[in-house]
Amino acid sequence: MNLRRTLLTSKRIFEQLLHDPRTLALLLLVPTALVGLLAWSLVNRPGAFDSVGPKLLGVFPLIVMFLVTSVITLRERTVGTLERLFTLPLTKADFVAGYAIAFGALALVQSVLVSVLSYTWYGLAHQGVPWRISLVALCAGLLGTAFGIALSAVAHTEFQAVQFMPAFILPQLLLCGLVIPVSQLPSVLRGVADVLPMTAAVHAITPLQSDLYYLGQFAIMLAYIFAALVVGASTLRRVTK
Amino acid sequence: MDSSDRSTLEVSNLRVVRNGNEILKSISFRATPGELIGLLGPSGSGKSTLMRSLLGVQAITGGSARILESSAGSPSLRGRLGYMAQSSAVYLDLTVEENIRYFAGVLVQPLTEVARVVEVVALTSFSHRLVSSLSGGERARVSLGVALLGSPPVLILDEPTVGLDPILRRDLWRTFADLAKTGATVIVSSHVMDEAARCARLLLLRDGTLLFDGTPASLLAASNATGYDEAFERLIEGD
Repeated sequence: MNLRRTLLTSKRIFEQLLHDPRTLALLLLVPTALVGLLAWSLVNRPGAFDSVGPKLLGVFPLIVMFLVTSVITLRERTVGTLERLFTLPLTKADFVAGYAIAFGALALVQSVLVSVLSYTWYGLAHQGVPWRISLVALCAGLLGTAFGIALSAVAHTEFQAVQFMPAFILPQLLLCGLVIPVSQLPSVLRGVADVLPMTAAVHAITPLQSDLYYLGQFAIMLAYIFAALVVGASTLRRVTK
Repeated sequence: MDSSDRSTLEVSNLRVVRNGNEILKSISFRATPGELIGLLGPSGSGKSTLMRSLLGVQAITGGSARILESSAGSPSLRGRLGYMAQSSAVYLDLTVEENIRYFAGVLVQPLTEVARVVEVVALTSFSHRLVSSLSGGERARVSLGVALLGSPPVLILDEPTVGLDPILRRDLWRTFADLAKTGATVIVSSHVMDEAARCARLLLLRDGTLLFDGTPASLLAASNATGYDEAFERLIEGD
């Protein structure tokens, strides 16, 4: 891996996003607005937003970054820029890390924006630590990015790439504890839910747990990020068979 | 120095089978610095596959392809071959300059090289325009500009003039001839037989087989034809 080429790739992705302010605005504002909507809808149930709101901060970046990365990586394959890059001295690791850094940074901005608004305007009184929520959001964004790159290899069209969202994300959303607490799931599903990345993101936001518990949840997320990035890089084919 | 001593390209008995189809059947030729070679043949004859094999992005089934004394696809060749694919292979949501600057960065080329290349492909006045707002011909020139970065000794250009107007085609062929004059080996593919006249040497490909390798004049003489379309037809029919 070459740091210079990696950062150049991240910079290029940022330049692409800056030329598409609508996408950038949607990326940053949609999660913020949705959390705001949730806070408003729960305004007559004291304490409800405090328990549900933060969990969503671990879920949104995953969904949003997954969608954007799977489409943008697929585009690199179909337009031919990926093939061109592979005739140049850019490694798969440079490429994948370039994406991870660009979208990781975006996830961080997104999470800071949502957290700040949640703790101020939306009136969140969460016992969790704000910096840990931001860290979870960053990990969730990286998870979305890494899985987006990996799954874009399986999709042949942008239609298929978008369809992977319900296929891949929604089961995790149902099992992560947002709908029903994980502890109330049937034992088989509980076993599955406990090792899913989105569950780890939600768990890592849950307040008043031990340091070891949080460490474990972050370890699960990091393992998934690393594994998905490696799988993502290995699905990039330098040579057509 | 005898030019055959230092060939830039040596292809021998190159065979490519993809999904059970034999796309290239035992192709052999070599090329030296300063040659402008036209790779002509109908659509589906294997031109792009041959070019992609030389670049190392298409796996070779049999035979060998050596470029600049390395086998095709070896990491040492990355960045030493200028490539222009049939798709524009540039970022539509970046400006001309941002595109070329990114690829120049990957190639560790200075910013002066970005300006030089933009000027060679006559896009200086468009350099701050988004590629998505450019016409097909202008996009092709952005792609060519990326291929020219760092003045690579071998240029592989896949149908660079397809769909362009006659003036632009003439200008591009002049650019290719100029590049060959500076010592580069330039291979340009086309399915328009009339473009044969612009090359010093022709390779005619049909169904994955090399039908002819020689000068345009010798092609006309050998087939007793008046035009290149006719010459190609006669060659296919085996007259």
